[in-house]
Amino acid sequence: MSRTLTLETAARRGSLIPLSTRLARALIRGLPLILVAAGWQIAPSVGLISPEALPPLSAVATAWWGLLMDGSLASNGVSSLWEVTAGLGLSIVVGIGAGVLMAWYAPVDAIVSPLMKSLYPMPKSALIPVMILWFGLGAGSKIASIFAGCLLPVVLSSYNGARGVDQSLVWSAMGLGASRRRVLWEVVIPGALPEIMAGIRNALAISFILMVAAEFLVGQNGLGYLISFLGDGGVYDAMFAGVLTVAAFGFFADRVYLLLMQRMLRWRE
Amino acid sequence: MAGISFSEVRHTYRPPRGKPVLALESVSLDVQDREFVALLGPSGCGKSTLLYLLGGFIPVESGAITVGGKPVNGPGRERGIVFQNFALFPWKTVRQNILYGLEKQGMAKVEREKRTQDLVELVHLKGFEDSYPSQLSGGMKQRVAIARTLAVEPEILLMDEPFGALDAQTRALMHEELLAIMRRAPKTVVFVTHDVREAVYLADRVAVMSARPGRIKEIVDTKLKSNARGEELLQTREFNDRVDHLWKLVRDEAIRAQGAHE
Ligand SMILES: Nc1ncnc2c1ncn2[C@@H]1O[C@H](COP(=O)(O)OP(=O)(O)OP(=O)(O)O)[C@@H](O)[C@H]1O
Ligand SMILES: [Mg+2]
Repeated sequence: MSRTLTLETAARRGSLIPLSTRLARALIRGLPLILVAAGWQIAPSVGLISPEALPPLSAVATAWWGLLMDGSLASNGVSSLWEVTAGLGLSIVVGIGAGVLMAWYAPVDAIVSPLMKSLYPMPKSALIPVMILWFGLGAGSKIASIFAGCLLPVVLSSYNGARGVDQSLVWSAMGLGASRRRVLWEVVIPGALPEIMAGIRNALAISFILMVAAEFLVGQNGLGYLISFLGDGGVYDAMFAGVLTVAAFGFFADRVYLLLMQRMLRWRE
Repeated sequence: MAGISFSEVRHTYRPPRGKPVLALESVSLDVQDREFVALLGPSGCGKSTLLYLLGGFIPVESGAITVGGKPVNGPGRERGIVFQNFALFPWKTVRQNILYGLEKQGMAKVEREKRTQDLVELVHLKGFEDSYPSQLSGGMKQRVAIARTLAVEPEILLMDEPFGALDAQTRALMHEELLAIMRRAPKTVVFVTHDVREAVYLADRVAVMSARPGRIKEIVDTKLKSNARGEELLQTREFNDRVDHLWKLVRDEAIRAQGAHE
């Protein structure tokens, strides 16, 4: 068992597989992406698609470089990042607290649970105009929209996770001298963590959707604002550069989160 | 003083969905201080339920349970329990699991590290201190659970089929370890098992429970006169007579339990 494990780890690190094989594998994994990129470049160039609808990739790349150099990517990226961090962060703290308390205290459950369940299917972007009404046109309403949209997935996963914690684990801790309050921190939350972290991953994806949508509506700054501003101005190559940036942003955020999740849940094997 | 008394204990489970289940019906049993009592009975007769009530994990609704003369009211550190499903904290390593109760006691760090190391050796898990439960076999998990419970030195040990997942050799080793622990620091033990020979070998008395709803059907004295130990004891007439007698009682109940399901 431990032997095959070491072999596997060694294989994953690549020490047992020849370089040429590894290169070939990387190429195969990257192939679909390369084909799409090639198609994107060629189709508008040869007139298969109007360059108005889809500027060639090289033009998009040039526009991207321009946006990078004039600082618009950095300044708008920073505001977007701030909104996502604040909105998602807030929803994680409040969501875990609410979900776990609902699972742990029956009266809280009785009050909050029906509310949560009826709100769950609502399209989260419908809240953006309400948030603008309450918080005005600024970072506040965008953060509030992200918070509101991310809250329910975190609450529900924390609730389900906490309820799923094995009764005997709670009893074990109590038998070993832990108070009910300590049990909440030391058993219920760690026990619920796998579900909580899966819920947060959903929330992360939702936060990007809401970030872009809220920036479309609120404007002023952010990557979503940049995209709609460039689109309205007819600068389509730059607009596509903005879209690609948001996509890459979301992709990397998810990857980093996945790594964090694997690290924190190492004990699951 | 850690005598235990059950008097006319009855327990009904009321699941949120589904019919109520009468698990125990009028169980009365007295366990003396430092006595080792084994509970035998068919699956589903309420043995675990009896331990949960004694552990203070589920409230006593009908009848009374006292420990040292005081009614049980919630869990307490003087009653250590080893759960049937081990109940190890899966996010903690072997070492961290064993340390948990010692941390709750506020024991000094050096001392609790030392105690943990001793226990790891006692249950033959040296080299696995930093493994997570998911990386252990069933028998190893069981031994971690035992070590975690012994760590806080409870006066009363409640053990729910603690050796069920062990192979015959390891089980025999664990029997000797348990008896050695008892000699060093005598405890009151309530020990649930399906293994008649194990019950006769370890216990002072064996209580046989009836099929659900559980009652105490008969209590058999198994304090043997012979001074023999280990393999030798297992060969004695006295030992085998007790085993045969208990085996018949258990078999009758097992058949009744079967019948109840059909
Ligand atoms: N949480 C519960 N809700 C409803 N019924 C339960 C619950 N726990 C146990 N029961 C029922 O109570 C009865 C006694 O269960 P218990 O677990 O105490 O049996 P047991 O003697 O320990 O069985 P085994 O030897 O299989 O471990 C069983 O018939 C079971 O179906
Ligand atoms: Mg049981």
